[in-house]
Amino acid sequence: MLRYSVRRLLQLVAVLAVLSLLLFAWLRSLPGGPVSALLGERATEESRHNLRAQLGLDQPIFIQYLKFLGRALSGDFGISTGVQSGDSAVAIFVQRFPATIELAVIALAIAVAIGIPLGYMAARRRDSFLDNISVVSSLIGVAVPVFFLAYLLKYVFAEQLHWLPDSGRQTGDLEATRVTGFFILDGILTREWDASLDAFLHLILPAIALATIPFAVIFRITRAAVLDVLNEDYVRTARAKGLTQQVIRSRHVLRNALLPVVTTIGLQTGGLLAGAILTEKVFAYPGLGEAVALSFQKRDYPVLQMLVLTAAMVYVLVNLAVDLSYAVIDPRVRTR
Amino acid sequence: MTPPIQSRLLRRVAAAGLAGAVALSLSACAQSERDNSSSQSQGKVGGTMTFGAAGAPEVFDPFYATDGETFRVTRQMFDGLVTYKPGTADVAPQLAEKWEASSDGLKWTFHLRTGVKFHDGTDFNAEAVCYNFERMFDQKGAGQSESVSTYWIDNLGPGFKDGAKSALYKSCDAPSADTAVVNVNRVTSKIPSIFGLPSFSMQSPKALKDFDANNIQAAGDSFKYPSYALEHPTGTGPFKFGKYDKANGTVELVRNEDYFDSAGKAKLDKLIFKIIPDETARKQALKAGTIDGYDFPAPADWAGLKSDGFNVAVRPPFNILYMGITQKNNPKLQDFKVRQALAYAINRQQLVTSQLPEGAKVATQFIPDTVDGYNTSLQAIPFDTAKAKSLLAEANATDLTVNFYWPSEVTRPYMPNPRDIFGAISANLQAAGIKVNPVTKPWNGGYLDDVDEARADLFLLGWTGDYNTADNFIATFFGNPENRFQTKFSPWGQELADRLKAADSEPDATKRNQLYQQLNADIIQKYLPAVPISHSPPALVVSKNIQGLVPSPLTAEDFNSVSKT
Repeated sequence: MLRYSVRRLLQLVAVLAVLSLLLFAWLRSLPGGPVSALLGERATEESRHNLRAQLGLDQPIFIQYLKFLGRALSGDFGISTGVQSGDSAVAIFVQRFPATIELAVIALAIAVAIGIPLGYMAARRRDSFLDNISVVSSLIGVAVPVFFLAYLLKYVFAEQLHWLPDSGRQTGDLEATRVTGFFILDGILTREWDASLDAFLHLILPAIALATIPFAVIFRITRAAVLDVLNEDYVRTARAKGLTQQVIRSRHVLRNALLPVVTTIGLQTGGLLAGAILTEKVFAYPGLGEAVALSFQKRDYPVLQMLVLTAAMVYVLVNLAVDLSYAVIDPRVRTR
Repeated sequence: MTPPIQSRLLRRVAAAGLAGAVALSLSACAQSERDNSSSQSQGKVGGTMTFGAAGAPEVFDPFYATDGETFRVTRQMFDGLVTYKPGTADVAPQLAEKWEASSDGLKWTFHLRTGVKFHDGTDFNAEAVCYNFERMFDQKGAGQSESVSTYWIDNLGPGFKDGAKSALYKSCDAPSADTAVVNVNRVTSKIPSIFGLPSFSMQSPKALKDFDANNIQAAGDSFKYPSYALEHPTGTGPFKFGKYDKANGTVELVRNEDYFDSAGKAKLDKLIFKIIPDETARKQALKAGTIDGYDFPAPADWAGLKSDGFNVAVRPPFNILYMGITQKNNPKLQDFKVRQALAYAINRQQLVTSQLPEGAKVATQFIPDTVDGYNTSLQAIPFDTAKAKSLLAEANATDLTVNFYWPSEVTRPYMPNPRDIFGAISANLQAAGIKVNPVTKPWNGGYLDDVDEARADLFLLGWTGDYNTADNFIATFFGNPENRFQTKFSPWGQELADRLKAADSEPDATKRNQLYQQLNADIIQKYLPAVPISHSPPALVVSKNIQGLVPSPLTAEDFNSVSKT
C-alpha cells in the first residue's frame, strides 16, 4: 500500500507540472492582464510599455514560465495584483483556506447527514411516497443552478425575513479573537461563544446552497447501492441465519452499500470547490472560491495560478484518500 | 482479519484522549483578546457604521494608491494641507490655514495650523511637511513605476529626485515651525488644488521611517509593499487605523479622540468597510441590514432603493463621457469634417434622457460647468443627421466604415450602462449612413489594451475629475500628443498640447481662464479629437438612520460628519 501511495503521489507531481504549464500559457494568451488592471483609465501606451518591462511581462513566455517555476518551487507564488494587492498569493491562500474548509465541511455534513439516511430509507420503502418525493427533490437538487438557489435563499431568509445574515463570515463590528482562522473553532477555543454562533449562523445559508448537489448525488447513489445489496445472497443468508434486522442492516447492508457512497463523497469534495466559486460569490463569503472568481475578473495571475494548482492538488489527494479509505471499510481490499 | 474488540476499544479511547489533549493545549494558548471592561459599555455613544466596499484597499499608504476603494478609506485617516469644501470641488483650508504664492508663481507659502498631532503622538509641523514632500520626491526603483507613484507622476512629477526626468516639484523649506514653503519649477494651475488629493496627504515622519515606507520592490508580476503601507498608516485625520481583518474582509477605523479640530471630530465610534465585491450582493446586504450604505448603486436601482426607504444621495456630476476618435488608423477620421459629421450624427439629448440617470447633462465641452475655464457661450453640437450626411459627402466619406469599441463587464460612474449607450450612439451613426463594426471586450480583458494600442477607430471612455482645474480634464486627455486618441498623428496634436501647457503655466487666474475658455471652444470647433457626450451624476446610498453624509462631486466623502441613530 505504501508503494501504491508513493506512485500516486508521483503522478500528482506530473499532473501539477503539466497543469502549471498549460495554465501559465493560457492565462497569458488571454487579452488584458495585470497592466490594464493596475493602470486603468490613466494608462498611456508609454506607461503600459514601461510597466510591462518592469514586471518582466515583455520577456518570452518560456522565460517567464521558468522564472515562475523557480519561484514557485521555493514557495513563492508572487504577490496579488487585484484580489488583495500587496499580499502574497500564499498568504491569501492561507487566510482564505479555513473559510472554504468550514463551508465545505458543513455543506458536506448536511449532504451526508441527510443524503445517506434518506437514501437508505427510500430504498427500504421502494416506490413509497417517501421514496418518490425524495427522488424528485434530489432531481431538483441536481437541476437547480447553485447560484439561483443561493439568491433565492438569501432573498427569503436574509432580505425578507431577516432570520439569517446575508453575507460574509462574521458580523463586521463583532470583536472576535483570531487563532486558527476557523471562526467557529476560534470562538470555542477562546470561549467567545457568541463569535462561534455568529460564524455558524453566517454559514447556514451558503452551506445549504452548496450542499444541494452533493446531497442529491449521495442520496441517489446510496439508494441504488442499498437496493443492490438488499437483493444479494448474503443478505438472504444472514436473514435465514436468524440475525436480527438491526445487525443485518448495520453490518451487512449498510457497510457494503457504503463503498460506492464513499467514492462519491470523495469525488463530490472536488466538486464542492467548483460550487464554492458560485456560492461564495453570491454570499460575499471571503473564501477560496470568491478569490478564484475575483482573481479571474481582475486578471490577478499570481493568485489564480496558486489557487488553480492547489485545487488540482487537493482533488488528486482527496481521490487518493478515497482509495485508501476502501481499505478501512472493505476488509477484502485490506488483505490484498 | 478483524482486530479483537478490546484493542478496537482501546484505539478509540486513545484517539478520543488525543483529540481532547490537542483541544486543551490549543485552548490553553488561545486567549480571548477582548477588552471586556470598556468597549461594550462605551460602544453606543456614536455607534458603528458599516459601509459596503466593492474591493479591498490596495494599500493604506495613499501616496502609492490609485483607486477609489483605497482613497475612501485613507481619506478618513489622513489630512492634506488643503481639502475640498464638503459638497463641492472648491479648495478649503485643512492643515494649512492659509497660503499665498510668490508673484512669479514658483514659491508657495503655507501657514500651518499649530497644535496638530499625528496618531502616533508626534507633532505635525513645517518640518513634517517637508519630510513628506522629500519622501515622495525621493522614490527609487520600483517606487518610480507609473502604477505605484501614479499621482506624483501625473501631478508633481513626472521626474524624481534622481533627476532622470524633470519634475514640477523643486524643493521644500521650513523657515519656521508653522510655515512651509513649497518651490516648483514652473507655474501651474494645479496648486494648491492638488494638495487636497489623498495621495499628497501628510503622514507621520516617524512612522514613515520606522516602517520603511519607501521600501517598495518589484516582485514577480507585481510589487511588494513595506509594512507601513500594509499595517501602519499614520496620519492626522478624524479616524485612526483600527485593523484590517482579512479573514472576514473588513477594515475597521476608530475615532481619533485627539483630533485637532473639535468641529471636525468624528461622531461615529467606529467606521467599518466591509468588502462585498458583487454589486447585487451589496444591494442585498443593505436591504438585510448588514451594511449601512454602499457606493455607486446602479441608476436602474435608484427608484427601487428610494421606495424601500433608503436615501439615494446623488452627487453633482463631475465627470465626462466621450466617444474617442483615433487619429492613427482610419485616414478618413483625420478629416475634421468627418469628425464633425460624427458629432452631428449623435442625438445626445435623447441619449441623456433615455439612458442616463436623472441629473445627467449633455456635454458641450470636455469639462463640467463647475470647473474654472468652462466656456458658457459654447453650445452643444446639435443633432442633425442631414448635416452629418452632407459633411460626409463634402469629405468624400459617404462609404465611411468604422470599428466602434465598447466595454463589457464594467460600469463606470460616467458610464453606468455601456451596452445601451453604445446601442444608442451606434444607431445614430448608422442613420447617418456610417457603417459600424461593433467590437466588444471586457474592460480588463482586452478593452483598455486595444483602445490604448489604437486598435479602435471609435471608443467609449471617460474620466472623473480629481480636483477642480480644467487641466485635470483636458490636459489629462490631450496634454501629451502620445495619448489614446493618437493626436501625434494629426497636424494639430502638438499644437494642442503646447497650448494646454501654456494655459496651465499662466500665473494670472483671469488670463488663465480666458485661455481655457478659448481652448474649450477650439477643441470642439477646430480639433475635435473626441466627441463629448455627457456628464452623469453618480450616487451613493445609505439607510435611513445615517445622517450627515454630504455627497461630493469628487466622490470624496468625509465620514467624520456622519452619525447613526
